[in-house]
Amino acid sequence: MLSRTTLTRRLVQRLTNEEAVVAGLGNTNFDLIAAGHRLQNFYMLGSMGLACPIALGVALAQPNRGVIALEGDGSILMALGCLATIGNVQPRNLTIIIWDNGMYQITGKQAAATGGATDIVAVAQGAGIEQSEWVRDETHFDTLIDRRFEEGGPRLLAAKIGDQPGQGLPMRDPVLIRENFMRGLGTSHSRELG
Amino acid sequence: MTWSEIILAALKENSVRFAAYVPDNILTPLIAGVAADSDFICVGATREDEAVGAATGAYMAGLRAVAMMQTSGFALIANALGSLVVPFQIPAILIVSERGIMGEFNIGQTLVARTMRPTLDALGIMHHTLTDLSTLHFILDRSIKQAFTTRAPVVFILSPLLSGGNPAAHGQLM
Repeated sequence: MLSRTTLTRRLVQRLTNEEAVVAGLGNTNFDLIAAGHRLQNFYMLGSMGLACPIALGVALAQPNRGVIALEGDGSILMALGCLATIGNVQPRNLTIIIWDNGMYQITGKQAAATGGATDIVAVAQGAGIEQSEWVRDETHFDTLIDRRFEEGGPRLLAAKIGDQPGQGLPMRDPVLIRENFMRGLGTSHSRELG
Repeated sequence: MTWSEIILAALKENSVRFAAYVPDNILTPLIAGVAADSDFICVGATREDEAVGAATGAYMAGLRAVAMMQTSGFALIANALGSLVVPFQIPAILIVSERGIMGEFNIGQTLVARTMRPTLDALGIMHHTLTDLSTLHFILDRSIKQAFTTRAPVVFILSPLLSGGNPAAHGQLM
């Protein structure tokens, strides 16, 4: 089993071009902040399932920036239709990473469909995201993310992870999260306080 | 100008450049207008909360955005409004074509439509019901400017009084 905490850290260490990272709620964004806060990180506090749609909007608005959506398997199961949208829009600067522990870890480890018959990579391929694949191990993950994120997409990587919770302490101020993110993307309109 | 031409013009005049929508019969001319206009990046979503999510991402990345849907689809987005748009102060522009009243033939639509305004009021979201051509541009233009200036969402409800209602209703009513 792979570790969400470890792979998130490896991903963040690899980001050198101010890539935007949109993280789904709960463990996904706890591990993103554990890897070190960046201005280009967006941490969701609810709206389960919308990490990929939010990332799609970012990717289309800033086509020269690499955009990465981090999402749990339970969250993407709630919003499978967005994979079809992304499969049709084909944003070349969007990468989706699914952390698949086959369960709803944060609500009490209830089984998810991905722990049974559902293969999220096959779902994504069927939705039109042809470059979808399972991460085999940490070395393979490193190989898959050793690329420029602003081109070559859309891609979806899915990793079978263990049942460990996220490690970081989440940010809880939505306006601060949004304002940081917009500063990171160069779109903040807020005047500096003098 | 028709209602859809006025809405399109007001969006463009206010630099709205991203549109996400779920198809709707009444909205057809507006969706077609946006899709045919090279000023807009246009995304057809599979669900209304997905459209709201994409519009939110586009706004944060620098494009003013609109999401379009019908009343039954609005009923799917309470969570996206209550846990994303409102707390993160996203000035999302929402256009909702109103079904369920003034000649609705589908009882499912009549019931779900009644949840829309109470939901908006509970969340404190500004909403305007668009009923006539003479005030349409004023309401849109001022309210869109207010949304971006105050960083708050606004919802425009497209009444059958303005749109003529759902074309599919013709022949279905007794």
